[in-house]
Amino acid sequence: MNGVNGVTRVAGTAPHQAPSPPAVTPEAGRLAARLGYWLRRPGLVLSVLVVGAVLTAAILPELFTSRDPLTGVPAEKLRGPSAEHPFGTDQLGRDLFARTVHGAALSLRATSLAVAVGLVAGSAMGLLAGALGGRVDDVLMRCADVLLAIPALLLSLAIVTALGFGTTRVAIAVGVTSVAGFARVMRAEVLRVRGTVYVEAAHAAGARRHSVLLRHVLPNAAGPVLVFAAVEFGAVVLAVSALSFLGYGAEPPTPEWGSLVSEGRDYLAGAWWLTTFPGLTIAATVLAANRIARAWEGEER
Amino acid sequence: MSREATSRAGGTSRGTGGVQPPLLAVRGLRVSYGAAEVVRGVDLTVAPGETVALVGESGSGKSTTAHAVVGLLPRGGRRTAGEVVLAGEDLAAGGERALRARRGSDIGLIPQDPYLALNPVQRVGRQVAESLLIHGLADRAGARERAVELLAQVGFDQPETRARQYPHELSGGMRQRVLIATALAAGPRLLIADEPTSALDVTVQRQVLDHLERLTRDRGTALLLITHDLGVAADRAQRTVVMSRGEVVEAGPTNEVLGGPRHPYTRRLLAAVPSLAGPRLAAPRAARTPDGGPLVVADRLVKDFPLPRSAGGRRLRAVDGVSLTVARGETFALVGESGSGKSTTARIVMRLTAPSSGTVTFDGLDATALTGEPLRRLRRRMQIVYQSPYASLDPRFTVAESIGEPLRAFRVAGRRERARRAAELLERVALPASALRRRPAELSGGQRQRVAIARALALEPDLVVCDEPVSALDVSVQAQILDLLAELQRELGLSYLFISHDLAVVRQIAHRVGVMRDGRLVETGTTERIFDEPHHAYTEELLAAIPGRRTAGQPR
Amino acid sequence: MARFLARRIVQSVLVLWASFTLAFVVLYLLPSDPVAIMAAGGGEASAVTDEQVAELRETYGLDQPAWRQYLERLADAAHGDFGQSVANGEPVGRVIAESLPATLQLAGCALLVAALGGGGLALAATWVRRGWLRQALLSLPALGVSAPTFWVGLLLVQLVSFRWGLLPAFGNEGWDAIVLPAITLALPVGSVLAQVFAKSLRTALAEPYAETAWAKGASPARVHLGHAVRNAALPPLTVLGLLLGNLLAGSVVVESVFSRTGLGRTTATAVNSQDIPMVLGIVSFGALVFVLANLLVDLLGPLLDPRLAAERAERAVPA
Repeated sequence: MNGVNGVTRVAGTAPHQAPSPPAVTPEAGRLAARLGYWLRRPGLVLSVLVVGAVLTAAILPELFTSRDPLTGVPAEKLRGPSAEHPFGTDQLGRDLFARTVHGAALSLRATSLAVAVGLVAGSAMGLLAGALGGRVDDVLMRCADVLLAIPALLLSLAIVTALGFGTTRVAIAVGVTSVAGFARVMRAEVLRVRGTVYVEAAHAAGARRHSVLLRHVLPNAAGPVLVFAAVEFGAVVLAVSALSFLGYGAEPPTPEWGSLVSEGRDYLAGAWWLTTFPGLTIAATVLAANRIARAWEGEER
Repeated sequence: MSREATSRAGGTSRGTGGVQPPLLAVRGLRVSYGAAEVVRGVDLTVAPGETVALVGESGSGKSTTAHAVVGLLPRGGRRTAGEVVLAGEDLAAGGERALRARRGSDIGLIPQDPYLALNPVQRVGRQVAESLLIHGLADRAGARERAVELLAQVGFDQPETRARQYPHELSGGMRQRVLIATALAAGPRLLIADEPTSALDVTVQRQVLDHLERLTRDRGTALLLITHDLGVAADRAQRTVVMSRGEVVEAGPTNEVLGGPRHPYTRRLLAAVPSLAGPRLAAPRAARTPDGGPLVVADRLVKDFPLPRSAGGRRLRAVDGVSLTVARGETFALVGESGSGKSTTARIVMRLTAPSSGTVTFDGLDATALTGEPLRRLRRRMQIVYQSPYASLDPRFTVAESIGEPLRAFRVAGRRERARRAAELLERVALPASALRRRPAELSGGQRQRVAIARALALEPDLVVCDEPVSALDVSVQAQILDLLAELQRELGLSYLFISHDLAVVRQIAHRVGVMRDGRLVETGTTERIFDEPHHAYTEELLAAIPGRRTAGQPR
Repeated sequence: MARFLARRIVQSVLVLWASFTLAFVVLYLLPSDPVAIMAAGGGEASAVTDEQVAELRETYGLDQPAWRQYLERLADAAHGDFGQSVANGEPVGRVIAESLPATLQLAGCALLVAALGGGGLALAATWVRRGWLRQALLSLPALGVSAPTFWVGLLLVQLVSFRWGLLPAFGNEGWDAIVLPAITLALPVGSVLAQVFAKSLRTALAEPYAETAWAKGASPARVHLGHAVRNAALPPLTVLGLLLGNLLAGSVVVESVFSRTGLGRTTATAVNSQDIPMVLGIVSFGALVFVLANLLVDLLGPLLDPRLAAERAERAVPA
């Protein structure tokens, strides 16, 4: 380096402007950014497609298959996967693809019910605890601790024992186990938002208590709680199907994802497709739901 | 806006006498994060034993430049061009392994935040000595001894005890001294200090910088000092390099660069720095309103917080017998370091916290015991602007909703009227009406603070409490906000209770000043009196600690 | 520390009591009639006469008011007596004790597999520099938590036992029979551990103290193992404490898939026959495992992080 005692001279100087407010992003730019977001995440696109397909199957199974899930053709029993029977047929000659598609309705209904139980009861519990504080908070959160202390599967088994078997009861049993999680997330969020400067600023500006709660605290706390619901969705699918696999769900011959795998067990050595495909459907659904939940979580931050 | 720097930046300085080859030479350095280039062709030299200050505002690329020198760019950062030569050797030539051998032994790094830069689960002594072990300069026992010596050198009284402590048992200033000892352990020829004191109080900052200066001088270590504070550069560096938007805009001996800046950016930067000598913003006091009486009277305020036993006592007295008055149309500033109780005092005045004892009188009305609806009605007349504009606005609210909130709370106006008032207020704080529909995330820090000020003005209050309103902002933005506050006071006759740790800011904006320490108000007086003839020893100490008061660039 | 321990033990006992109470409420007080359930023995509520029902009520003390039953059962449970199985009349405590060893063996192996596999995977994923390999390693746990345990078990049986004939598919005999069940049981727990540990490792490596270490010239091994791992260990340890109970509960599914005997099998049988005293006993045992695991984690925490020890010293002061 040369230059002695040199002060750098700068050519072509333009006076700096005071930072001007950012220009409004043009709609087109926003659209391009959104498109780019999806293009960079092919896994997420696939996940949305999978979950979309499963939801459609649950509501309109006829779109996917015209075969009857309950009556089989004895002559076609235990056939491997083919163009005619993509998932093969079972020991009574029923089309496994049709049974899996129709099973989506019951499995997803149970899952939605369970998540709803957890979301509604848990959020209410957490909101009360976080908003009222003090003794109410103590009591409610100790209740949540106890719900967490009994391993989830054992707690749902106890509830199933008391209520009896069936898809709806299984759903309630699984939902109860997720109440504590929702309560904790909601309470933590309410406390976090209540501690923020903007909530204090709202109080200082003269806003009323209930108005702050409704306009600032709830909207800002709701996001993470809904994300948690998405995260729970996958776990609940698994829990419901496990109970159904153990035989506490719907009565046969009604198809349900977990019980389909269970029915295929007896033919494990010969007819691999009977357990493989329904299980794969569950795994794919859960994987896709988790992927979406994770993406949402990332956005929320 | 092309600002090609035709750099003939000085290799050596008067401090080191002319012909020596530079210890560190950075040439044409470029660094990118993805598509964004944040360092755009930087040239820089440091001579042996020399202290060079690299100054600039946030986003200028100064810190990235420093990290690129030691090859420690954060993930995603890439050096795209240029070379870094240390004592004649290209640092990138040997790859990562060779560079690793130079880190710690030839170049020491003092990181920015002493609260986060020490491993929380390892004893301090072990961390100080680690580079000796890494570079095979000592065995375990030898390293332990060296660590104690080093801790003694950075000014610890009981180095043996300190070496056995964990970071959380030390204060911020102590931790930064530990980090200095760590960086010096293997005897590097060059130290890079990245904003080493910006997280510390001003008196602690001075102590830490004094230690750093003495140690580098005694050992002949060169120092590249990254700082946003021109005062620190003026006090400590022989040469100063100014960066803006990834480029070096000016470089040279500190007294020339800061004494007679040639580049307009440097000039504006210097003009924006609130100095202890320059012109003041505070409006001549508004003519006394006929009905006289002060707006706020705080009388013997005390605030206790309960303490855990390990911290020594039953309770912490955060505010201890503070009495103050704020007159109409006046700015009363409370200054002090962190933990002095200035913010708590302001919160008591705002009635966001109840005092343990004492009274607050607002316009003749005893506000101390007010709760519920009467307190809410009082809020119409006093508003607050917070330190962090990032935290004080609800991220989900548009600007219009945020500004309209106080109007809505007091049902002053209907929906349409609120929108109109919000636009008016926005204009008042010099933001375009197009900002009304934006959310905080779409605004810069300075713009957000303007929105927060507009919200505070919505109800036409008598008093605005400003809690460190500019300390989260860059100096040039800081100056704009201070101008705005002064202008609003002139036009609206507002009273400010202004909280700040920065004496230079306070000198610009305040009519009267109260100095706080450990919960007590040690001295009150007019701004001129406090700054020209401080009575209390602590005020003198505070004033002396402000960087930028030594003669700029003089060799020490 | 002693004070902290005493407080935690009292808390644990309270949680145990509350869990027992919750299980009692669920099993005895929910709308359905326990006697009808028990008499029916799981489904066909047919051939039971009124006298038989009355007799059952008396045998199991169900003719008494609920609070009375609760207090008696609680007093018995405090002494480790959970009554008798409805299905075969054996004492619940003995049935649990007899079926426990097989399950402990299984859960122990699974814990080992989960901790080593999950921890190793997380370390490997933060260590490798190649982007695609890191992504691949990081996506493995996501697969692990998404696959239903029972399905994974059946797949393993199909491939490893039936197709390749490597390991036995069913039963408790011999050490080779435990391999597949242990892997199956370990998969979900190990995957969650890997996710949590990978995340906390990444956080630790992004902390300024990691940069301080790099700036000293430290090697990747030193920064990872010497600085990051200990700072990152607390979250996975806490999660492990929470998941230990799940290993026990997971044995219900795994033992069913692999036709093993053990506590899980006993649980499934008890639920099938709606054996209420048995289920109450097992649920209480599950809570005990959970409480003990968390107590252990709480005691280990301060060894990892000195700040926790300091915090505890503060909190142990009575308010």
